[in-house]
Amino acid sequence: MHKLLTDQAGLEMLLLGNEAIARGALEAGVAFASTYPGTPSSEISANFFQIARETDLYFEYSTNEKVAMEVAAAAANAGVRSMCIMKHVGLNVAADPLMTLAYVGVKAGMVIVTADDPFMFSSQNEQDNRYYGRLAGLPMLEPSSVAEAKEMTAYAFELSEELQQPVLFRTTTRINHSTAVVTTGPLKARRPKGGFVKDPLNYVPVPVVARKLHARLLERLEAAEKLAAQSPFNFTSGGGDWGIVCNGVSHSYVCDALQDLGVRDRVRVLRIGFSHPLPAGLVTGFLKACSRVLVVEEGEPFMEETFKAYAQEAGLMLPIRGKGPGLFSRLYEFDPAMVKKVVAAYFEVPYSPPAIPDLSDLPEIPQRPPTLCAGCSHRATFYAVKKATEGLDTIHPTDIGCYTLGFLPPLLMGDFLICMGSSVGTAGGFAQVTDQKVLAFIGDSTFFHSGIAGLVNAVFNNHNFTLVILDNGTTAMTGHQPHPGVDMHELGIEGHGRVSIEAVVKALGVQYVTTIRPYNTKKSIAAIREALEFEGVSVVISQELCTLYAKSLNKARGRAFYVSEACKNHRDCIDDLACFAFYLQDGRVKIDPDLCAGCSVCAQICPENAIRPIKAQG
Amino acid sequence: MEAKRLIIVAVGGQGNLLASRVLGEAALLSGVPVRMSEIHGMAQRGGVVESAMVFGDACSPIISDGEADILLGFEPAETLRALQKCNADSLAITNLSPLTPFTVTIGRGTYPGLGQIQKLLRAKVRKLVAFDATTLAKQAGSVMAVNMVLLGALLHENALPLTTENVKTAIRTRTRKAFLETNLKAFDLGFEAAAGASKG
Ligand code: SF4
Ligand code: SF4
Repeated sequence: MHKLLTDQAGLEMLLLGNEAIARGALEAGVAFASTYPGTPSSEISANFFQIARETDLYFEYSTNEKVAMEVAAAAANAGVRSMCIMKHVGLNVAADPLMTLAYVGVKAGMVIVTADDPFMFSSQNEQDNRYYGRLAGLPMLEPSSVAEAKEMTAYAFELSEELQQPVLFRTTTRINHSTAVVTTGPLKARRPKGGFVKDPLNYVPVPVVARKLHARLLERLEAAEKLAAQSPFNFTSGGGDWGIVCNGVSHSYVCDALQDLGVRDRVRVLRIGFSHPLPAGLVTGFLKACSRVLVVEEGEPFMEETFKAYAQEAGLMLPIRGKGPGLFSRLYEFDPAMVKKVVAAYFEVPYSPPAIPDLSDLPEIPQRPPTLCAGCSHRATFYAVKKATEGLDTIHPTDIGCYTLGFLPPLLMGDFLICMGSSVGTAGGFAQVTDQKVLAFIGDSTFFHSGIAGLVNAVFNNHNFTLVILDNGTTAMTGHQPHPGVDMHELGIEGHGRVSIEAVVKALGVQYVTTIRPYNTKKSIAAIREALEFEGVSVVISQELCTLYAKSLNKARGRAFYVSEACKNHRDCIDDLACFAFYLQDGRVKIDPDLCAGCSVCAQICPENAIRPIKAQG
Repeated sequence: MEAKRLIIVAVGGQGNLLASRVLGEAALLSGVPVRMSEIHGMAQRGGVVESAMVFGDACSPIISDGEADILLGFEPAETLRALQKCNADSLAITNLSPLTPFTVTIGRGTYPGLGQIQKLLRAKVRKLVAFDATTLAKQAGSVMAVNMVLLGALLHENALPLTTENVKTAIRTRTRKAFLETNLKAFDLGFEAAAGASKG
């Protein structure tokens, strides 16, 4: 049985923040969950995926976040408690349904998890999604610890049902990817089936209906504010007339700072966990007890601005600061020492930071950036594209997935990227305004997520570029989640359909479609060259399982290669291909047999035919 | 209970997340408050993976520069890179078997000498325990057991409020059956190696 299904209350378990969120939802009786995978939210869904196989919980990997939100919204309006999980940028994709779902509301509890990523450990921006709460007019909760994440998730469903509104559950990487001891509560029974009661005057937001619904949204927001005012998730601790306001993981840094600085009884701390709408009474009451206030929040000055506005309305003159020179930055994430330093400086408390050893005499330590795995099929495709485009002036729009790493040397395949699906759209723009050859990359999962729309556009507007769809049979980057093109039978899971990328591309009207096997280097280069010569939209589907995924399916080729005596050390393999399994020993290229996946690409490109399968050695 | 802060640094694939899970489970068994946080994501593809563990009474799940009581490095250059997390009172334990970063293979950067790495580490922290954990892991039966060798060394140094017994129990519950023998043997070899390295 899945450990999160343990039907026993009062048990102490060591859980990852994301596991705690999943457990909290199960304790609330969540019966429907949907997502598009995205770090730092992925493990919530990975757990649901497993749990759905053991129970009547319905879980799906949707094609993108917008669709995930739509299916969950329907379930919630048919009376089934639902959860929709995404990373912060995913909410941009789902923003369209979100804004109007706020008007339409829900019948059963619906929780939308947005996992923000300050410092961009695995993201393209660090937007602060608290603004979505304000923009949509939805209640929002933010946990400060792993244990609280579980409690708060369970409460989020209650809150949602009480207000008949979806609730935004906002985390940051440090909550999602922290681990701590969590005490289990009882599991509520799931109600996986509901019924939809027709009520078009509340469900179909044509203008006359929407006008009424907007007014209702404001009423519900007012009700939410009353709940936030009494919420135990907004609490004060300590005393004295110095004030600190904090939320999320910052609360733990503040606790440690006050302890270490020995000023616990001088500082009154307001921890905000129910963070939208922020109740005026609570805020002004706190401000009145303080002579000056410091707002400790990662990201944007979301609370700081609200507190200042409420102070102004109440005619309070005390200094309220958060972001600014000598204080906190809007960039990146906080850490305990930084918070301690700013708290000490703001309240003029003496503080000597821990003595970091003098590191000036350290030699330069070589960087260790993430790279494509040994034998990764993307590397093979990039190599083929590189050879096929040699001598041409090219632009390579790329997209989001493992293959984004192809922009690094020596492959240098990746010139422009904005968001999921952007490679196809931007390729059309580049092709239109330049005389350069445009060859764009997109992954299979990303193609289904939002690449299709760009391709439809390209066909209709008769753009001129080649799109290489890197079909490695999985969503590799986030940990091998399935997508509509995946053969679920391989995973031993029944009851899924399968969408053929080739059929979709052809049906969209693309005139030139070809499929290559990237481990076959010569043929691939020739096929890409041909596709490039086509005037109009051409698509090359490069098909080969992700090596890691193949290994997990026991489908790996597994025959390692070695560099034989015949090697003349001109190092084409390293300079052009740079497989991760290569290393240098006494100036000679070697292959680490533990890493080599046996893809044979290096053997094919070696001009001396010096790289051979180990089997042939004896 | 006084807070103890441990940083573990490794290269993706070396099993540092499992090591921290084992320590976390051992803390749970020992009734020691524990919080940990990990940085992975893109780093899984051969990049650096770092986990932070805070034992005892503190709230933060992460460790700032200069705050680590113990630095446990699975790869020598990565241990050196993480030195900023330490202070003059820290304990550092490191594997001495290098994994060459790919940047070095393609000629962008040089790997510092092992002697130099040890000398620098020794000069900046209170105590350094350094040995070749990879060879010991192979001796135990699998190169994958480097993490267990280093856990053994960590427990020998007695710097955490955890007992060897509880860590071994955690290894039994947290690791796959097929590797259990190897893992326990690796743990013991690491424990002994630290005894030797401490004397030397
Ligand atoms: S065959 Fe060559 S390119 Fe393929 S994984 Fe092995 S070393 Fe790398
Ligand atoms: S996980 Fe798969 S797709 Fe990603 S880099 Fe590794 S082999 Fe390539």
